[in-house]
Amino acid sequence: MKKLVVIGAGMATGRALEHLFETEPGAWDVTLFNAEPRGNYNRIMLSPVLSGEKTYEEIVTHDADWYEAHGVTCRFGEKVASVDRDRKVVIAENGDEVAYDKLLFGTGSNPFIIPLPGHDLDGVIAYRDLEDTYRMMETAGTPGAKAVVIGGGLLGLEAAAGLRMRGMEVCVVHLMGHLMDRQLDEAAGYLLRKALTDRGIEIRCSTNSKQILGENGKVRALELDDGTEIPCDLLVMAVGIRPNVKLAQECGLAVGRAIHVDDQMVTSDPDVLAVGECVEHNGAIFGLVAPLYDQAKVVAKTLTGEHDSFVQREVSTKLKVTGCDLFSAGDFADGEGREDIVFRDPARGVYKRIVIEDNKVVGAVMYGDTSDGNWFFGLIKDGTDIADMRENLIFGPAFQGGTPLDPLAAVAALPRDAEICGCNGVCKGQIEDAIAAGATDLGGIRATTKASASCGTCTGLVEQVLAVTLGDDFVMPASQSICACTDMTHEDVRRMIKSQKLTSMAAVFQECGWKTSCGCHVCRPALNFYLLADWPLEYQDDPQSRFINERKHANIQKDGTFSVVPRMWGGITTPQELRAIADAAEKYSVPTVKVTGGQRIDLLGVKGEDLPSIWYDLNQAGMVSGYAYSKGLRTVKTCVGTDHCRFGTQDSTGLGIKLEKTLHGSWTPHKLKLAVSGCPRNCAEATCKDIGVVCVDSGYQISIGGAAGMDVRETTLLAQVATEEEAIDLIKAVTQCYREHAKYLDRIYKWMDKVGLDWIQDQVVNDLESRQAHVYRFELSQSIYRKDPWAEHAKKPEKYQPLADLTLEAAE
Amino acid sequence: MTDWIDIAALEDVPQRGARVVKTRFGCLAVFRTAEDEVYAIENSCPHKKGPLAEGIVHGKFVTCPLHNWVISLETGLVQGADEGEVITCPARVEDGRILLDSTFLTERAVA
Repeated sequence: MKKLVVIGAGMATGRALEHLFETEPGAWDVTLFNAEPRGNYNRIMLSPVLSGEKTYEEIVTHDADWYEAHGVTCRFGEKVASVDRDRKVVIAENGDEVAYDKLLFGTGSNPFIIPLPGHDLDGVIAYRDLEDTYRMMETAGTPGAKAVVIGGGLLGLEAAAGLRMRGMEVCVVHLMGHLMDRQLDEAAGYLLRKALTDRGIEIRCSTNSKQILGENGKVRALELDDGTEIPCDLLVMAVGIRPNVKLAQECGLAVGRAIHVDDQMVTSDPDVLAVGECVEHNGAIFGLVAPLYDQAKVVAKTLTGEHDSFVQREVSTKLKVTGCDLFSAGDFADGEGREDIVFRDPARGVYKRIVIEDNKVVGAVMYGDTSDGNWFFGLIKDGTDIADMRENLIFGPAFQGGTPLDPLAAVAALPRDAEICGCNGVCKGQIEDAIAAGATDLGGIRATTKASASCGTCTGLVEQVLAVTLGDDFVMPASQSICACTDMTHEDVRRMIKSQKLTSMAAVFQECGWKTSCGCHVCRPALNFYLLADWPLEYQDDPQSRFINERKHANIQKDGTFSVVPRMWGGITTPQELRAIADAAEKYSVPTVKVTGGQRIDLLGVKGEDLPSIWYDLNQAGMVSGYAYSKGLRTVKTCVGTDHCRFGTQDSTGLGIKLEKTLHGSWTPHKLKLAVSGCPRNCAEATCKDIGVVCVDSGYQISIGGAAGMDVRETTLLAQVATEEEAIDLIKAVTQCYREHAKYLDRIYKWMDKVGLDWIQDQVVNDLESRQAHVYRFELSQSIYRKDPWAEHAKKPEKYQPLADLTLEAAE
Repeated sequence: MTDWIDIAALEDVPQRGARVVKTRFGCLAVFRTAEDEVYAIENSCPHKKGPLAEGIVHGKFVTCPLHNWVISLETGLVQGADEGEVITCPARVEDGRILLDSTFLTERAVA
């Protein structure tokens, strides 16, 4: 009999032995070493064991009877100390020598443990084998026990879901921006995150761990980079695996990232084969089970002297968390000439994306409905030409003919308790009830529920609820969608962002059923503003969704140069500042220096690559960005007021400076210009600004909605207040109200025309509590955004330089 | 055979962003999409020579920052009702590095 020694009783070697015994029963004398004190079990089913859906006994692949029936000598719980390839013997830990004709490595892989301080504390474990699983089950048995999982990949999430099902409080800490970033795109990652959050699992993405804190040698908490401590009794690291190649290396086999094998699974020694996670084939290593089974087949053929070759194939991934239905296959990133087909159904939480190249499907990601996953996977593997079925491809194999997508799907999907009208706190269910009670048009809904009867921005949504409920009995008035990416209007989307707590662009795209994968130049800047205005703490400003001026903090000119405008608070400057501006203008050969209408100085014609250095120079003189490029606070123009003017009634310059200092950096739907005049002679022209203050003996008249551009409008009085402090509060409040409700690119006067002055007064003038709440929310936002972007950008001047200069190389 | 020049690391260009590469024939704009695809096109809009590298990138298109012309990064063709074309330069990513076609850079004039 031929002697075969196998090192490692895992799924790959187990499958190889099955094939071998089928082909040549009784021909082999097999000795099987395994470090774990047991035989082959279905390791990928550990997650159901952890969650309690299966027991260990149910996932055993080969039991003692099977090994006995095939005459396998089992040496379980024993490690192999070394291999002497010259003498063809394997040396066990206890010194026993076992001779072989053929040797098969199936040493698998080791979990990677991040060497964070504290990684060796008791309670810090990996998720790899039955011991780890039992350890998790044991800790989960303690009432009130908490767990942290580092790693939001396949394994980490299965661990988290299992622990949660056993009643633990679980927090997943993931370094990348979305979960399962290797298998999923951002949109599918968002849906997965939502599903897991719904189960009570806390998810923290883009989060770096700093150290593991312990007490009496036992894990107590994980400390994050930002100093946050997450308490835990168990910390699971699931950040990846490393092929276990130590033994192979020590006995001199060729090893790269893993043990090198050829197409026949033979290593650099013709009598030694390797299979599974410990092998490297054509530069690739393997972690999923499908290719391992293919390898196992080839191992058995090679051992029995038949010719077969291992061919790498596309792999697909499914997550084994009950209720989270996701599928990914092939390559859905990287590469030119690729096209996307995207399908979203917010009602069912479904997202599907197919990536096509040269009329072939090369990648697929789906969430929520994965029933067609294997069909798409088949198309990928077979390289099927899909030119003829392209139009209906995304709907899967069963689809014949078709109807267009339902533009009302997003609203139809909202639960009854989703708030539609924010002003009057009216939910979708109340509107449905009103419709059932006989209100069949907008006027009827307004009269019975007050929904859309105040600021009116939810009108579109109310109409959609009418349309969904009444069907053909309701004729939708034509409304303008934001852009071709969506059927929803600005107002609809804003309401969705607020009522459904959408805090990322991926969330908006999914829940509002965007028809493109990443929006366009029309919707993205609007969404970026809505998200940062409504969720200043939760949402991260996205520079790539901003127009160039706001991305580069300078105004682009027609020749591609930029203009630079430093702030002059309230229009006041000093000889030192003027000198610094003059120096900068000379140093950077600024062709035009102009005094602006907003009482400051514009340096026009600055080259893009000089921006960081000119900002640095101006910063050194104490000046900051004037935001002359922003949909945000521009200037507060002032007259000299009581300081010098014989007519001045209040310190208009002082108020202007205070206003500019408190408002600067705030982003608004469109640009925001203010002015403060010291008396009704109004030298600062306050009554044609977005917000104007005219000082009088008895206080401050605050008016809004002026314009002096394409439209010329006089402001309308909002209120008169007695003190400077009250004036500042009211201006902050009305600015915040405008930020929260206006459509992107509407100046205040346009917004006021839509919602009415009375409504604005109700929010910020008559109701002092509401005014203070607006001020509070404004200050909360300013805690993030009141800053000098020039100082930040001047620290990274390389971003403003050309990526490369090939003018010399090209001349060769 | 194509000769590729290593220009920079992929992460030097932000996702849905662009950077400029100077050549003897003018500037190229090197784009990186949300999917980490890389494209290089002439950095000058056919309309009024707007710097395309400063535009908003969406899908495989860029919108010129001056007057919102939309240009395909793949073909260089202007989209929609406007007409025009910019020169494209073969580009690819290998091992996290951005590579441009050197023959293109030496033999073909970029306007």
